[in-house]
Amino acid sequence: MDHTKRNTTILIHIVLIIGAAIMLIPFIWMILTSFKTVSESTQVDPFLIFPTHWVTRAFDDVFRKMDFARLYLNTILMIAGRVICAVATASLAGYAFARLKFPGKNFLFMLVLAQLMVPSQIFIIPQYLMVSKLGLLNTIFSLIFPGLVSAFGTFLMRQFYMALPKDLEEAAKLDGCNIPQTFLWIMSPLTRSGMVALGIFTALFGFKDLMWPLVANPEQGTMPISAALAKLQGQYAVDYPELMAASLLAIVPMIVVYIIFQKQFIEGIATSGGKL
Amino acid sequence: MAHNKVENNNTKNANGHKKSMWSIHNRGEMIWGWIFVLPTILGLVILNIIPIIQTIYQSFFKTGAFGRGNIFVGLENYQKMFGESEIWQSLLNTVIYTIIEVPLSIFIALVLAVLLNRKMKGISVYRTIFFMPMVAAPAAIAMVWRWLYNSDFGLINQFIKLIGGTPLNYISNPNTAIFWVAVVGIWSVIGYNMVLFISGLQEIPNDYYEASSIDGAGPIRQFFSITIPLISPTMFFVTVTRVIAAMQIFDVIYMMIDRTNAALPKVQSLVYLFYKYAFVQNNRGYGAAIIVLLLVIIMIITAIQNYAQKKWVTYN
Repeated sequence: MDHTKRNTTILIHIVLIIGAAIMLIPFIWMILTSFKTVSESTQVDPFLIFPTHWVTRAFDDVFRKMDFARLYLNTILMIAGRVICAVATASLAGYAFARLKFPGKNFLFMLVLAQLMVPSQIFIIPQYLMVSKLGLLNTIFSLIFPGLVSAFGTFLMRQFYMALPKDLEEAAKLDGCNIPQTFLWIMSPLTRSGMVALGIFTALFGFKDLMWPLVANPEQGTMPISAALAKLQGQYAVDYPELMAASLLAIVPMIVVYIIFQKQFIEGIATSGGKL
Repeated sequence: MAHNKVENNNTKNANGHKKSMWSIHNRGEMIWGWIFVLPTILGLVILNIIPIIQTIYQSFFKTGAFGRGNIFVGLENYQKMFGESEIWQSLLNTVIYTIIEVPLSIFIALVLAVLLNRKMKGISVYRTIFFMPMVAAPAAIAMVWRWLYNSDFGLINQFIKLIGGTPLNYISNPNTAIFWVAVVGIWSVIGYNMVLFISGLQEIPNDYYEASSIDGAGPIRQFFSITIPLISPTMFFVTVTRVIAAMQIFDVIYMMIDRTNAALPKVQSLVYLFYKYAFVQNNRGYGAAIIVLLLVIIMIITAIQNYAQKKWVTYN
C-alpha cells in the first residue's frame, strides 16, 4: 500500500515537472536568445542552446532605441493611478451597496453588474473621442482614464463588506461614529485583503492591456511598456536577440514583483475570481 | 454562492426598515449612500454606459473622409458587414479559437489543480511556475512564441528535427495557424484557471473522499462522482468568463500574425477587425457595427450558458 502511494507521488511529480518545463521553456528561451548574437540565434547546424559568448549587444541596442526609464515610469504611473482610483471608488461604492440603505440601490447595482458582461472594446471609440476632445491624448491621464472606476471592483468590494459582522457597525454607532467615520476607521481596514486583491487584479489588467495604449498613446515617449513592445516588433522583425531582450526587460519587473508577493498574487486572483 | 443568502437577508432587512419612518439617521444614511456610490456611478455612466449608446449610435453612421463629420447611413454598415465574407470568416475564426482554447485550458487546469491539491513537497513552486505567464505582458509572450514557432530557426522545429520528425509551418500555414495561436492562449491562461480550481477544490470536505474510499471508489471514480459535481459552480464561472474573454482575442493575433502573413484572413478575430477598421482605417462607423455584433453574440452565448447551467451545475 505504502509502495503504491510512493509510486503515485513520483508519477504526479513527473507529470508536474513536464508541465512546469513547458511553462518555463519560453521564458528560458527568451533569456538565452537575448544573450546571443544574431548569427548565433539563427544558426541551425550545429544548433546552439546556450550562447557561445554571452553578449549584451542586444540589450545595448534596445536601450539605445527605447527609453526604458520613461516606459517604466509611464507604466508605473498608469498602474498606480488606476489602482488608487479603482480601490478608492470601489471601496466607497462597495460599502454603500453592502451596508447602507438608500433609494435606487438595487437599480444602481444592476447598472454595475451589467458592465461585467459587455466586451470592453465597445467603450473604446467613445472613450478615445472623449480624451481626444479634451486634448489629453498621449498623456498619463489618457492611460489612466478607462480605469478610473471599476465595475468589477465594486462588485468585489461589496462581497468583502457583506462578509463583515454587523455588530461592528452597531458598536461604532454607539461610540458616536458617523457613517464616514465608521467606513474609514472601522470597516475599510478590515477589507484589506479585498483591496489587495483588487489592486493586484487592476495592476495586472493595466499592465497587460494593449489596445487602449495603442489607440490613446501612440506617441513614442508616452507609451506604457506593452505598446512600446508592439511597436518595436513592427520595426525590427528579424533581430530576434533584440526582440527577446526587449521582451525580457518588459516582463522582468512584474515577474520580480510577482515572485516576491506570489502569495498575495495567487490569493488575490483566487479570491477575486472565487468571489464572483 | 453562500453570499446569495446574505444578500437575501440584506434586502429583507432593507424592506423591513422602509416601512418605518425615515428618521434623521436614515436620511443621513440615504445621503451618505448616494455620496458613496456617486463617483463609481458617475464614472460608469461617463466611461461605459454613454459609450455603449454612442457606439451603437455610431454604427448607423459612416465616418466621412479626413474625419469630416458623420453621415447617417441607416443599416448600411450592417448590410455591408453581413455581405462580407471577411466578417463571416473572422467570426468563424473567433469561434474556432474559443472552442479550442476554453475546453482545453479548463481541462488541463483542472487536472493540474487536482494534482496540486494535496500535501506534497514543491506544491508552491509548481503553482508559482504555472501561474507565471499570467504576469507577463501578452506582447512579450506573443513575441517569444513567434520565435519558438519560427519555421527555419525556431526551437520547436529544431527539436522536431532532432527526434527525426518533419518540421512544420506553424503560424504561416493558413490551415493550422489558428490552432497554434490558441496553443499560446491555452499556455497563457492555464495558471489562472488552475488557481481558481484549486480554491474551489479546497472547499470540498475531505470526508467525502474518505467515505467513498471506504466504499471502494478509486481516484478516477472519485474524480467524476465527487470532484466534478462539487466543483461545477467554479467550472461554470470559469467557463463563462473564459468564453467572454476568448471571444475578445486580439493581442496574440495582433502580435504574432503580420499584416503580410498569408494566414491572416484565417486567423483574424472580430476584435482584430474592429481595431483595423475603427483605428487603422478610421472607419469608425463600420468598426462600431463589428463590435456591436460581438456584443450581441456574447450576450446570446452567456444567456445560453446561464440556461444550460441548470442541467450540469450542482449547487449544494
